[in-house]
Amino acid sequence: MSRLAEKFAAVKAENRAALVTYFMAGDPDLTSFETLLAGLPAAGADIIEVGMPFSDPMADGPAIQAAGLRAIAAGVKLPTVLAMVERFRAKDSTTPIILMGYFNPIYHYGVTRFLADALKAGVDGMIVVDLPPEEDHELGKPARAAGLDFIRLATPTADDARLGVIADNASGFIYYVSVAGITGAKTGDVAAIDSAVRRLRAVTDLPIAVGFGIKTPERAAAVAAVADGVVVGTALVEVVAGHIGMDGEVRAGLVATVLARVAEFAAAVRRHGA
Amino acid sequence: MTSNSAPNSLRNGPDETGHYGIYGGRFVAETLMPLILDLEAAWRKCRDDPEFKRELAYYFKHYIGRPSPLYFAPRLTEHLGGAKIYLKRDELNHTGAHKINNCIGQILLAKRMGRKRIIAETGAGQHGVATATVAALFNLPCTIYMGAVDIERQQPNVFRMKLLGAEVVAVQSGSRTLKDAMNEALRDWVTNIQDTFYIIGTVAGPHPYPEMVREFQTVIGTETREQMLEAEGRLPDSLVAAIGGGSNAMGLFHPFLDDAAVTIYGVEAAGLGIDSGKHAASLTGGSPGVLHGNRTYLLQDDDGQIIDAHSISAGLDYPGIGPEHAWLHDVGRVNYVSATDAEALEAFKLMARLEGIIPALEPSHALAVVCKLAPKLPPDHLMVMNLCGRGDKDIFTVAAALGVTI
Repeated sequence: MSRLAEKFAAVKAENRAALVTYFMAGDPDLTSFETLLAGLPAAGADIIEVGMPFSDPMADGPAIQAAGLRAIAAGVKLPTVLAMVERFRAKDSTTPIILMGYFNPIYHYGVTRFLADALKAGVDGMIVVDLPPEEDHELGKPARAAGLDFIRLATPTADDARLGVIADNASGFIYYVSVAGITGAKTGDVAAIDSAVRRLRAVTDLPIAVGFGIKTPERAAAVAAVADGVVVGTALVEVVAGHIGMDGEVRAGLVATVLARVAEFAAAVRRHGA
Repeated sequence: MTSNSAPNSLRNGPDETGHYGIYGGRFVAETLMPLILDLEAAWRKCRDDPEFKRELAYYFKHYIGRPSPLYFAPRLTEHLGGAKIYLKRDELNHTGAHKINNCIGQILLAKRMGRKRIIAETGAGQHGVATATVAALFNLPCTIYMGAVDIERQQPNVFRMKLLGAEVVAVQSGSRTLKDAMNEALRDWVTNIQDTFYIIGTVAGPHPYPEMVREFQTVIGTETREQMLEAEGRLPDSLVAAIGGGSNAMGLFHPFLDDAAVTIYGVEAAGLGIDSGKHAASLTGGSPGVLHGNRTYLLQDDDGQIIDAHSISAGLDYPGIGPEHAWLHDVGRVNYVSATDAEALEAFKLMARLEGIIPALEPSHALAVVCKLAPKLPPDHLMVMNLCGRGDKDIFTVAAALGVTI
């Protein structure tokens, strides 16, 4: 069983939804990020998404765009991301790590080389925003063949036929994007999310995590009641951004504050789990 | 429009999945996929619909003013002392550039699809003006995304767009130029999927855009073919056009791709020189990658991050190129060359003095290459340059470059 499948099974046994956290790799600097990453499991993150920075993040809102620019400015490149995951994995063998980003840096690195190095580093899967099922042969298919999960996004714009296309050959879990738009935008209606998750359950047995627009622990709790996982990204990235001064210096207490916020989301997911 | 059926034709692309060789494709967020598939279905239907073609032909003739003349440039020919030079006068179109050909086509499609709102990206502002124009004509609200840097250097076009009733949004992200405007337009589209039609201005983006924009622009090459046959009784020997994304070039080139005797030159912007790193020549100085929905040649660093392009011409200031150009480059059918800012400026001044035409900075790059090629060619060599835009919008940029205060 993959680390992802084991984690979802363990969380389900606790009768709750998983907390999936997103941070941009190397944001705001390499040292702070690695300390943060190491502290996430204890703070209650069940699954960790690590953003791979890209200069042109067409599906991201201002918060994650800015995080990507901070990471690039801090010198983060794809090998840097893989090295940080490898160091995390040396100390934690159970928390799944998902890389999230855009295809060009991976394509430029070389797909075969990327998959081999990601596997070696202890990566469990990936979400590549600009690779819909129509481009599955580019990375999704070789990733699955290499034993890495390729997580597909499902959206409110998909009809039942499209949901079938998305579920076909999906692995790991399905990431339901609860609002049509960019990351960090408006909030989706829980009743609509519930109905979308039910439609997805009709086409897949994979766990379903819901993201986009989960800004508060209360919101996370409400979504946790209808899904297998709740993804929190922008709300946490904004806490990181809040600890950076005008001149770019990182203020003291950043990691502790961010982890405290993660713990609040973790408590919410546990309190109101399905 | 063209009918591409010959088995060994270079005009058959793209394939069913929107690829030209390895280039093209549909590299977009899942949220957009249902729209892209809808758009493709609607486009296929319209492309073969005689009523749609009739409507398009009507606006081409009565609104844009087509056909644009194919003008023999006597003084330029005499000055260069070689090839006989013809200018395809697409700068005489309504709104002053070739961009309107595509905008009319796409807005007719948007109307048929029942879309209520138009968005577009723009670099130099020519596509923004053309989009704002057709949005006014068809009474649809319109939002144009334009990089803050481009807004600075293209004030006249910003004012034009506003006069035409469009909202112009200054894009502050990234390098604040054309690529960032396209990112922001894609973000708008993904957020307002129910009612919005995105009019992409060049032969790039996810399939079916590169094919669709090309088909609306091939009127340039189709007319050129007929006009040259009428003027000289034969096809031209060479074609020259400037390339940012590459829509005016693809429009001129495509109808001639299977005519092996016609030599074709695409001119990229070399900015301060290819070796300076400050340029916009993605074929000459870039490598294959994935951006804005398609695989093509891109300016990128060793980590696959996109590098800012540089050109004196805002319309060529883009770090990518249409996927069909990438393919034509690889198969060797088109010769892709480049011209620097300085060469384009010289050509700009030359055209004004010799032919009484102030060209846009974009076709000035094509003219710079004509100036290099023509003197070495015999007088019976027929060369066509696509004069794809007029230069009124550029006079402030040119004045600044020449150290003149207006």
